[in-house]
Amino acid sequence: MMPRLKQMNPVFLVLILLFAAIAILSPYFLQPAGYMNFLKRAAPIAILAVGQLYVINSGGFDLSAGALVTLTVIGSSILLDGDASATWWVIIVMLGAGVIVGVANALVVSWLKVPSIIATLGMMITLSGIALTWSGGAPRGYLPENFRFFGRYLIKDLPLIKILPVAVIVMVVVCAAMWWLMHRTNYGKRLVAMGDNPKAAMLAGVPLTETRIVAFVMSSVSAVIAGILLGGFAGVSTDVGVGLELQAITAAVIGGAQLLGGRGTVGATIAGALVLQAMFTLLNILGFPKPVRDVVQGLILISAVVIAGYRRRRSGG
Amino acid sequence: MINKFTATALTTLALALPAQAQNFDDPVEFAKQKDMLGAAANGDASTPWLQHYGDVMADTSGFKKDGPHTICFSNAGVNNPWRVVGWNTMQAEVEQHDSIAEFVVTDAEGSDDKQIADIEDLLAGGTCDALIVSPNTTAALTPAVEMACEQLPVIVFDRGVNTDCPVTFIKPVGGYGFGIQSGEFIAANAPEGSDVLMLRILPGVDVLETRYSAAKRILDEAGLNIVGAEFTDGDRAKTKAIVEDYIQRGNQLGAVWMDAGATSVAAIEAFEDMGLDVPIVTGEDQQDFLQKWQEIGMNTIAPTYPTYQWRTPILAALKILDGEAIPGPEWNLPQPAITNDNLADFVNPAMPPLHYAACGCDEMPGYPERWGGK
Repeated sequence: MMPRLKQMNPVFLVLILLFAAIAILSPYFLQPAGYMNFLKRAAPIAILAVGQLYVINSGGFDLSAGALVTLTVIGSSILLDGDASATWWVIIVMLGAGVIVGVANALVVSWLKVPSIIATLGMMITLSGIALTWSGGAPRGYLPENFRFFGRYLIKDLPLIKILPVAVIVMVVVCAAMWWLMHRTNYGKRLVAMGDNPKAAMLAGVPLTETRIVAFVMSSVSAVIAGILLGGFAGVSTDVGVGLELQAITAAVIGGAQLLGGRGTVGATIAGALVLQAMFTLLNILGFPKPVRDVVQGLILISAVVIAGYRRRRSGG
Repeated sequence: MINKFTATALTTLALALPAQAQNFDDPVEFAKQKDMLGAAANGDASTPWLQHYGDVMADTSGFKKDGPHTICFSNAGVNNPWRVVGWNTMQAEVEQHDSIAEFVVTDAEGSDDKQIADIEDLLAGGTCDALIVSPNTTAALTPAVEMACEQLPVIVFDRGVNTDCPVTFIKPVGGYGFGIQSGEFIAANAPEGSDVLMLRILPGVDVLETRYSAAKRILDEAGLNIVGAEFTDGDRAKTKAIVEDYIQRGNQLGAVWMDAGATSVAAIEAFEDMGLDVPIVTGEDQQDFLQKWQEIGMNTIAPTYPTYQWRTPILAALKILDGEAIPGPEWNLPQPAITNDNLADFVNPAMPPLHYAACGCDEMPGYPERWGGK
């Protein structure tokens, strides 16, 4: 029993402690409306974090994810302009744009040998510029109800849990698919091998470019999905994605992912995203304003890396 | 030592700044606008864009000129939905007058520098018979307007300038009036002593600051508990998250006061999505808010900053060139508030969500297509 407990990722323990603290301070969270609303708000960041984990496990960063979220919301609202009949093709166009962004990121890293942190920083600035030019800096257009369904709609009158936000279903389905690809396929093994030691992986026959393309596409597509949820949650907004890429990286690191690759699981990353959201919720209940939350996020990021490094040295891993 | 010095310098600076800043909480202006809201405007109530308060008129006989005329307009920008609706309305007004031979327009795209250059170009062109200016910012545009005044009759509307050289300055009652209307409604209708959240777009804009200071004065006097005043940047996602945060902290919100209506629906959704009854959430005359209000049957109010004020400058310019006296140097238009009693008159699902209902444009040529309606 003891060895198993020691092996358990501490993120789960932290999550339980945070939930306990929130529940004591605000009994609202013990009701279905409370915890389901919490999960709904955590869904976009969880999806983004798992997408980001693919790139982190490959040994890189994807800083363009937040800008792609903004572009998704702004682009969808302008293309749709309130026309509900266009929702499906606009979603397909946006997912297609996500694939293009992911492939472009991966090719710049693979072919032009640009470090991913620079390549995706360039992509982030480019995408922000496109969004700003397209929208003229002010929210335009309108998202119809059927587009907002994914981020906003609640399935009501269910037994036991009473309500279930569609965003939570989307989170479970998307994360399950990404868990399967990461932990149950040969692709996942190749990805981790590449992040751990690219040279050894290449010599062992791992196609590095293809593996990297899939990793960046997973991150970009997850950003588009997160954008659809966030747009659905509150409607058009011009800075909805600002800073989300850093939240996603923070969540993955809290979950124990090792920066520069080779170690990180989907389950722990989702737990990391929930820890981050729970932390924000706790600070809010305690009455701290938003800037304080940013400070705390920074401190958590550094602490998580320090603690993870300490654990690895102790365990000799 | 350095620290102490710096601290002293900063304190001095902090004390000096408010003295230089504009006063956005002026009891005299507050009282003046409150009186106007209570008074009856002169003129025909069915054409509020021609109504005015008070009897002070500007003599324009010196500007009388034979037509047809060239009217010039320096626009600050068409960079938000309110200005889009207003601009469409103004163009429709121009089309109704055969006496306007040419309507020359420049768009400053939200830049002071461009607008100053625009005005210089319009003056240098020498063809303008009258100049309408909707200034981008007050102080920066003042010298350009003063220069124009020396050459031709000038009409300023919406935001003001720091000079009384224009023939008239057209605006509705004003920002204090807006805050008074929504503040008084909350004071009268929110549960006694309940929590009120005040949501604002951004700091430092006079027409928004005065809305806030007027409403805050009334809410404080009514003994309501203002739990916070937060900036939303006019962003729906931010607005919804802020309101959810306040609800989660356990505040019993009896009202959410908004300094503008663009994100009112997001604030309403925060209550809906948490399964709570929607309290008073004030708004403005945007269709999305009015439709939501009607749909869920709220008890609230929508003060307006009516877009029909874009009709007035064109009509004023023609009157000036006919030598007819007009209200001046200030022309205050009525500033109606939408309540449950007249809500049905303003709701129109055929219009786009960000259409401003108080446009006075319903009977103009090209309605509703010109304004994006079906």
